[in-house]
Amino acid sequence: MDLRAKSRELLESGAVKAVIGFKDGTMGARRPVFVRQADKAAALVFDEGCRQNLAAYLTRNEVQKMGRVAVAAGPDTLRAILQLMAERQIKEGDVLPLAMEGTEAVELPTAQAVEEHLALKAKELPAADRELLARLDAMTREERWAFWQGELARCVKCYACRNSCPMCYCGHCTMDCNRPQWVPVPSHALGNLEYHMVRAMHLAGRCVECGDCGRACPVGIPVHLLTFHAEESVHRQFGQRAGASSRLDYALSTFRPDDKETFIR
Amino acid sequence: MTDAFEPKITAFVCNWCTYAGADLTGTSRIKYQSNVRVLRLPCTGRIDFMLLAKAFARGADGIIVSGCHPNDCHYTSGNYHARRRWMVYRDLMDFMGIDTRRVTFSWVSAAEGARWAELVNEVTTSVRNLGPYAEYKELALAGVE
Repeated sequence: MDLRAKSRELLESGAVKAVIGFKDGTMGARRPVFVRQADKAAALVFDEGCRQNLAAYLTRNEVQKMGRVAVAAGPDTLRAILQLMAERQIKEGDVLPLAMEGTEAVELPTAQAVEEHLALKAKELPAADRELLARLDAMTREERWAFWQGELARCVKCYACRNSCPMCYCGHCTMDCNRPQWVPVPSHALGNLEYHMVRAMHLAGRCVECGDCGRACPVGIPVHLLTFHAEESVHRQFGQRAGASSRLDYALSTFRPDDKETFIR
Repeated sequence: MTDAFEPKITAFVCNWCTYAGADLTGTSRIKYQSNVRVLRLPCTGRIDFMLLAKAFARGADGIIVSGCHPNDCHYTSGNYHARRRWMVYRDLMDFMGIDTRRVTFSWVSAAEGARWAELVNEVTTSVRNLGPYAEYKELALAGVE
């Protein structure tokens, strides 16, 4: 069913308290919207411009208090929802994912339905990202250092990458911790490197590779490559991917006695 | 400057195996390079990756991380968890351009006093050859007003 009609139906019947989706923004952009009344459902749109990962809203206190909400979701948002379920941040019944096929919305009421839906969608990184990752791989270590120092020099520590991320929901973030002060607050070279290192490590095994952090960056640093790389590293070494299932164990809090590495002497 | 470069090595070791192993090195009167500063932690599972970053920021030229061999952890599985973390962290360090030759991971048991001396000597020699970690030290100066 069409997203607008589906939303109207869900809101009228009281099946959900709100539908999180997109509407027209300024300059042809799309912006997130919470539709809470059936007659407002006509404002909903869904197209290529709707990139933001709306799962980031689901862990917010005010959203969780609303009751059951529906989310217009592309594959990345669906993966994020599964990962949030795996991390016990949202309950299966509290969120109704509406998988988008063009402008058609398909209700996926259970985690299993989401998993089955996603199983049909191949996960592939965007070509530009794969290209840049390959370029970085081909570099020497010194060149990679120079690359990241150059990129991170523009970072102003606005934390947009953290705030846009559906997995960065900690109420008390390491970045805000000042006893001990793990990461220097000013956006100088050391603080920036440490911030991005911490962010990537804390998302390793949890990143669903939606790339929203990179899109959120106001100065265009490809910060998403750091989390992509950490996530790919987990996938390569431990054979699991975040967002694949609602019952996934966190890769870094589990282990196998026969985990293979080549560097420990 | 006539003084030859002497590297600073920070060693993060677990209380139960490597620290006891290093103790055995001493009681066995085995001599080894004095460049290493040993920091004892309860378990390798306790060694947060940020501790390593902080060591570099505070001027370490090389780092040793060492604990119990797999299956020998005092807390049963701390070293297995640590191993997974290092597998990902080392990969990430390399991706960000941090010199992974300066970080040595190792298993040294409480009985391997000689092994500890050997490890420290090897690491000290290799880091001495690499020279001071100038890139990171320069970065760390950014934090000094």
